[in-house]
Amino acid sequence: MIEGQLLPELNEFTEPFHEFASRGELRIQKCESCGVLRMPPRPMCPACGSTSFVWQLMSGRGRVWSYVVAHPPLLPAYAELAPYVVAIVELEEDPLIRLCGNLVFDSTGPINEVQASDVTIAQEVTAVFPPADDGFVLPAWQITGATQPT
Amino acid sequence: MSWNRVSVVGAGLIKMGELFDQSYEQMARGAFDAAIASVDHGMDPKDIDAVFVATQRGTLWGQEGIGGNTVPSALGLNGVACTRIENACPSGSDAFRVGCMAVASGLHDVVLVIGVEKMRDKSSEEGLLARAAGGHPVYTRGESAPVLFAPFATRHMHDFGTTKEMLASVAVKNHHNGKLDPYAHFQYEVTVEQVLNAPEVCSPLGLLDCCPQTDGAAAVLITTPERAADYTAKPVQVAGIGIATDHPYLHEKDNFVGMSATVGASSRAYEMANLGPTDMDMAEVHDCFTITEILDIEDLGFFEKGKGGIASLEGETALDGSIPINTSGGLLAKGHPIGATGIAQLTECWWQLREEAGDRQVKLRSGNALQHNVGGRGSGVSVVNILTIAE
Ligand SMILES: [Zn+2]
Repeated sequence: MIEGQLLPELNEFTEPFHEFASRGELRIQKCESCGVLRMPPRPMCPACGSTSFVWQLMSGRGRVWSYVVAHPPLLPAYAELAPYVVAIVELEEDPLIRLCGNLVFDSTGPINEVQASDVTIAQEVTAVFPPADDGFVLPAWQITGATQPT
Repeated sequence: MSWNRVSVVGAGLIKMGELFDQSYEQMARGAFDAAIASVDHGMDPKDIDAVFVATQRGTLWGQEGIGGNTVPSALGLNGVACTRIENACPSGSDAFRVGCMAVASGLHDVVLVIGVEKMRDKSSEEGLLARAAGGHPVYTRGESAPVLFAPFATRHMHDFGTTKEMLASVAVKNHHNGKLDPYAHFQYEVTVEQVLNAPEVCSPLGLLDCCPQTDGAAAVLITTPERAADYTAKPVQVAGIGIATDHPYLHEKDNFVGMSATVGASSRAYEMANLGPTDMDMAEVHDCFTITEILDIEDLGFFEKGKGGIASLEGETALDGSIPINTSGGLLAKGHPIGATGIAQLTECWWQLREEAGDRQVKLRSGNALQHNVGGRGSGVSVVNILTIAE
């Protein structure tokens, strides 16, 4: 049984994402040839095949695309926090780049402080960077604004 | 597109369930024997010149490569051509598609398409942890199947007013049908209240919104229309086949209220068959979760986008409805032994078109039936097969 959180297995393409996040930056891989953003990080642009890319800084602003509520049975580190909301957020810069993460009211708040009744589709959120186990930072989403029409 | 026609002359499966007492090869043997026994005029197994085996996970977690090539030996068919097909949840329906291509091309005459899957020999926990390690490199830590489909339910409910009662009506209907199917894993009815009050798994999906983990095997026998006459006076013909893909990550999808792979696969199958959704007398569709069936029946064209939930609630998809869906009990009640699932669905279509489905028999109007799976990373692949009794 895994006792702590399930942490990402890093490789040369995913490690920079977490390194930037630990500095409070949300950066997404951007193709240097055609400019298409891609997530998750990977060696090749799916649009044009180029392997040259940069890590583009995002505003951190997005909208809730959809969400679920996790319930036990879960791994112990998560079971004690359940039920909690997990959202899929579309980024302001490109709505096809969607990131999963927990919702919080405060950047240091626990992941179970937001209830499903607090969430609506298209609600405005902003990336925050709470610390996780082993020095990792996993971006979460702070509820910041009104619900925009979809 | 012109193509050489293909006939189905036999089909069968084993009782689905937790089959700890049967090996992978025993399950395959059971399905094979059932398919051979179903051939009206009998079939000498030596007539079979190729086998396509659908297996997603192999015999066990960590031994994914083993499934497939052990099957001919276990069926007394040693030496025959054999290829294993893995294409996620549509593995079985895709093996059927590949088997049809082998017959239509003239390369093989009599082909066995068989799906076998062991889902229960390793614990759910081991399976989930294996998935977690192989999931999304950044975010999917501990990903499970409900996590992938629940966001579609949330979004469908938001966009179209679909309710949890509508989702529950799918589980109620499929358990009702499963109770009439002697091969189903679950053979009991559930009520709307039981579905709504079941433990929550990944809201808005609860326990009875989810299909079980099921061991099983199913087999079909196909050949040319000319050879089919040797085996039966009541063959079922393959009318259309379609397959389509979508982006592998949920993040890249166009929307969360439908599966574009299903739309693509079904439009290709309809075009090939020169038929449309209103020509179908019944359909076996991929109901891994209640929401998936609602997405499917919209994406397959049986109902307008957004109307699948209300149609389910109003009984349009029941055995006596306008388009009976998952008469076998579906994945929700019959079970989802991945590689076997599509072939078990085709077996149900074959029985229905031959009017051999017993208490589950639907009224035949046009003599066509549709079978569908969708799955894989990001629901990135779908297969649709259309069968017919028309010449
Ligand atoms: Zn590019």
